[in-house]
Amino acid sequence: MEWIVGLQALLQATVRMATPLTFTAVGETYGERAGVINIGLEGLMLIGAVVAYAVAFTSGSIWLGVLAAALAAMVFGVLFGIVTITFGANQIVAGAALNLVGLGLSSFIYRAFFSNVTDRAIQPLGSVKIPLLSQIPVLGPVLFEQNLLVYIALLLAPLAALVLNRTMLGLAIRSVGEHPKAAETAGLSVVGLRYGAVAFGALMAGVGGAYLSVAYANQFVENMVAGRGFIALAIVVFGRWSPMGALWASLLFGFTFALQLRLQAANVQIAYQFLQILPYVATIVAMILLHGQSAQPKALGVPYTERA
Amino acid sequence: MTTATLSRQTGAVLWRNVALPILAILAALLVGALMLTLSGFNVAAAYSALWSGVFGSVRNLGEAMLRATPLILIGSGIAIAFRCGIWNIGAEGQFYMGAVAGALIGLTAGNLPVWLSIPMALLAGSLLGGLWAAIAGWLKVRLGLNEVVTTIMLNYIAIGIVGYLVTGPMQEASRYNPQTDEIAASMVLPRLFPGMRVHAGFVLALILPVLAAILLFRTPFGFALRAVGFNPVAARHAGINVNRQYVLAISLSGAAAGIAGAVEVLGVIGRLYENISPGYGFTGIAVSLLAANHPLGTIFSGLLFGALTTGAELMQLTAKIPSAMTFILQGLIIAFLVLFRAIQERIWRQG
Amino acid sequence: MSEQAPRLRLAGISKHFGSIQANNDVSLEVAAGEIHCLLGENGAGKSTLMNILYGLVRPDAGKIFLDGRPVTIHSPHQAIELGIGMVHQHFMLVPTLTVAENVILGTRSLLSLRRLRESVLWDRRAIERRVGDVVQRYGLKINPGARVASLSVGEQQRVEIVKALYRGVNLLILDEPTAVLTPQETTELFKTLRSFAASGLSIILITHKLHEVMEISDRVTVLRDGKVVGRRTTCETDMHELAGLMVGRDVRLTVEKTLARPGAPVLMIENLTVVDDEGRRLLDNLSLQVAAGEILGVAGVDGNGQRELALAIIGILRPTSGEIIANGQSLIGRTPRQIADAGVRHIPEDRQQMGLILEFSVADNFVLKAFDRPPYTIHGLLQPSAIIAYAQTLIERFDVRTPSPTLPVANLSGGNQQKVVLGRELDSRPRVLVAAQPTRGLDVGATEYVHKALLAQRDAGAAILLISTDLEEVLALSDRIVVLYEGRIVGEVPGDRANVQQIGLMMAGVQGAQSAARQEANMNEV
Repeated sequence: MEWIVGLQALLQATVRMATPLTFTAVGETYGERAGVINIGLEGLMLIGAVVAYAVAFTSGSIWLGVLAAALAAMVFGVLFGIVTITFGANQIVAGAALNLVGLGLSSFIYRAFFSNVTDRAIQPLGSVKIPLLSQIPVLGPVLFEQNLLVYIALLLAPLAALVLNRTMLGLAIRSVGEHPKAAETAGLSVVGLRYGAVAFGALMAGVGGAYLSVAYANQFVENMVAGRGFIALAIVVFGRWSPMGALWASLLFGFTFALQLRLQAANVQIAYQFLQILPYVATIVAMILLHGQSAQPKALGVPYTERA
Repeated sequence: MTTATLSRQTGAVLWRNVALPILAILAALLVGALMLTLSGFNVAAAYSALWSGVFGSVRNLGEAMLRATPLILIGSGIAIAFRCGIWNIGAEGQFYMGAVAGALIGLTAGNLPVWLSIPMALLAGSLLGGLWAAIAGWLKVRLGLNEVVTTIMLNYIAIGIVGYLVTGPMQEASRYNPQTDEIAASMVLPRLFPGMRVHAGFVLALILPVLAAILLFRTPFGFALRAVGFNPVAARHAGINVNRQYVLAISLSGAAAGIAGAVEVLGVIGRLYENISPGYGFTGIAVSLLAANHPLGTIFSGLLFGALTTGAELMQLTAKIPSAMTFILQGLIIAFLVLFRAIQERIWRQG
Repeated sequence: MSEQAPRLRLAGISKHFGSIQANNDVSLEVAAGEIHCLLGENGAGKSTLMNILYGLVRPDAGKIFLDGRPVTIHSPHQAIELGIGMVHQHFMLVPTLTVAENVILGTRSLLSLRRLRESVLWDRRAIERRVGDVVQRYGLKINPGARVASLSVGEQQRVEIVKALYRGVNLLILDEPTAVLTPQETTELFKTLRSFAASGLSIILITHKLHEVMEISDRVTVLRDGKVVGRRTTCETDMHELAGLMVGRDVRLTVEKTLARPGAPVLMIENLTVVDDEGRRLLDNLSLQVAAGEILGVAGVDGNGQRELALAIIGILRPTSGEIIANGQSLIGRTPRQIADAGVRHIPEDRQQMGLILEFSVADNFVLKAFDRPPYTIHGLLQPSAIIAYAQTLIERFDVRTPSPTLPVANLSGGNQQKVVLGRELDSRPRVLVAAQPTRGLDVGATEYVHKALLAQRDAGAAILLISTDLEEVLALSDRIVVLYEGRIVGEVPGDRANVQQIGLMMAGVQGAQSAARQEANMNEV
């Protein structure tokens, strides 16, 4: 039954393409639940992508690259935090600045250090077959025959949900995004919690970007994130600011990306641009369908001064 | 409550709109220099190339004016949107849609007299750009959709549309490259000075900000728009139709970006193909922010960024520094600007 | 009596914000088991002082002693550790979380491997039981599993108290706790507080209500303009003396008012109903009338439909059904601008959010509802000189203190900001005026001004709907009083023979209160 094989390939691709979105969106969910909106995810992902590539290329270790990418992105996240949390600057504008810096820096680093390199490919991250589970018909290979980063992403979402909903830390984060003054008078550090959430979000975006260069394309291409950072922002909204919701929405978008590629490859008689814009159209359509469901944290985007 | 408060006010305004942008630029250049040194580049060579790219020759100044044209146009429009409190991040897509309209008219209206065909093209550009922005505005007021996300999505959709058009219905007759034919020679915007590429569109780039400023500060429409930007609740209580202001503000913003696109096609490129914009839409945001969202200020910040782009190219040519450096500098300028402004706000409030 | 150090001693506390000295060398003492009132007007420095005690604000000078030991309090966390709890005027509760979650917020470590068990909330039910125990022990009657957003205001305040008790406080601060309670709920609260005090808890009550001070406190400290102007043992003083200390001059506790000469009804509201998205009836078949030259006071506890009533009249809120008629014209379906032009003006309950654009100049705020008409706009262009000239006349007429009409209105004091609103709304000689909480956050001088302005409008023939949660204000100004409860008018009394007890019962929705009130009024007449 070859259509099952086709479907399986499509679903496998779906999970793969969802992965960078999952990392980034789950991270941003934490940040927004704490009350800080970071539209600089695109820039952070680009930084993650180029750093992961550069480090993996020079060191030969992909995991070192991923780690470096996470740390690099986190540094920028903290800088973003300083501007928006400590100094209370407008979060949208600061995020726009972060995008520009990320775009420029990633291109700069790549061109400055790799323009003279001839063989730029790196060793791909192999897929790990989980015994027994990967034998399940149809879904087996889809979920259990992927590379390690995919597995991490799939586990990250439920774990993040658990922490957010069932621990004191999660409770604190949630309160800070809804009513920071209440959190402060209860003895919590609004600033500390927000920094933590933003740093975590940035770290995740870095990993998401890293995935694209070292586990997916196996090289770096300028501007390769292609709007995924912005799609992650939309995913947070449809996921209704929950990590599991972000996972499902990411899978949905991964599906549109995968579908687009598959249709192109199959020479379906539609201009390939229409397939290219499918994810972005899907974003707007989904937003329209889900409008009015506001689970948005009340204090989102509003700078907070402690001890006013 | 004395005249001390009044002079404190003026002082704060001057700081905010003149001194802080200058400081932000200096800070950005400083960090940029640090970065270049760490990457092993020669900072002196780099920045001297940057400088001569701007002030080196009259020709370079002309280039700066050329690059500034779309930036000023887009920036003025963004100033209008931001002053209304609606975040138009979609200038890139609106620019492209304007370019499409401009190219369309440019390809078909060559037989008409110039005083008719060129304004038609510009008008078409503004209409299509404005409409593209109005989509996001309508989604915001009708369904409450966050305009930051919708305008960004519309950017990518617009780029896709352009790609489709130049490889399909609007592709050149020879069907060889993904581009349109050249527009009618009569419709190409005239050059302003011999030997330089800067064209009549620059004149428009000086006029539009003035019109935008008049609109914002001397008309009741602008009054209502600014009221909504500061306090939509009170504006509503005052009888202002807040939703209408949002949609009109973002539409005007899109129209400005659309004109910029049409002007770029008519004045510089002469046809339509993919990637005619090296991120004008996003740089336009930086231009407006640097000008404290004042249309007249965008003339200066637009020229600055135009000069920066020219200088960066020279930097790449002579000092081998990737021109992506402009994006880094732009981002740093905005980051420092918004940081310094936030600090000033804190100090002023406690003072 | 043994020489035991007092539970709390504040010595020489000073704090300034910019050029304002909020606290100036303030000292005070509270003993264990004492209920101490901190009395003063708005802006006297009471909240600042308590915020310092709770670690939200750092003092410029002064010392704090708890049980004789000097302490420095850098944060609410520290204050809590030292046994100080605070119930804020504006609740510090996260609406989307449950009661139990709000109570335990911040009580356990967030991220600790040693206490991992603690920081992971596996068993929701156990936590709710723990919180429930505290609730039971103090007789506070709330459901620990309920979402705070679904609780009434009185219940939410009890949650705030539970928060403090759960942490084991021995000094409890309450900031204007009765602002949101009916007289009956206030009695309940005071009973609770007395039992706390009897068990050794020290209580500081911040208030500006004199009768409360007399009713509940053992001792009182009076603040004025940041300084302590008097310390009294409550049973050795009276309201008159306290009022004098609070204000600094001999105070007339009632306002001069001529007899009303009401004319024909000008504002008529019939069966007005407003239903929200969740089906709750915020206004429920409400009917009332206001005549020209009359002030109709709408009393009631905040949250019973006051906001919706005002917003429906001025056209911001579209009612579900019913009719609003002003000067013979229906207002339903008209835009706010049309309604304002028809002579129906509004003094909003939140001047900074609804009534002013803080970043705009004083002059621009004056023309906020007229800027697009001549003479302020001619041929499509604004006329700054006309606007400023108009502003100058209003500044003079309404005694607005500002160095220039072009200054952003944010720079003005609360009282002067309210005068800008008054100027704009009253200059057009409205036929109908909806005044919602017109003196909220204003000092005595500004309050007096507003009251005089309202009476002047009344005497000029305006029909005024005064919506206020300040019962004293309603009693002082109104010719007739109606009580709003759960979106309905539950009673009406004449303004000069009103009985606070009866009104309080009506505010709490007690049935039969209206007829009892009428009976009493009739009896008093005889």
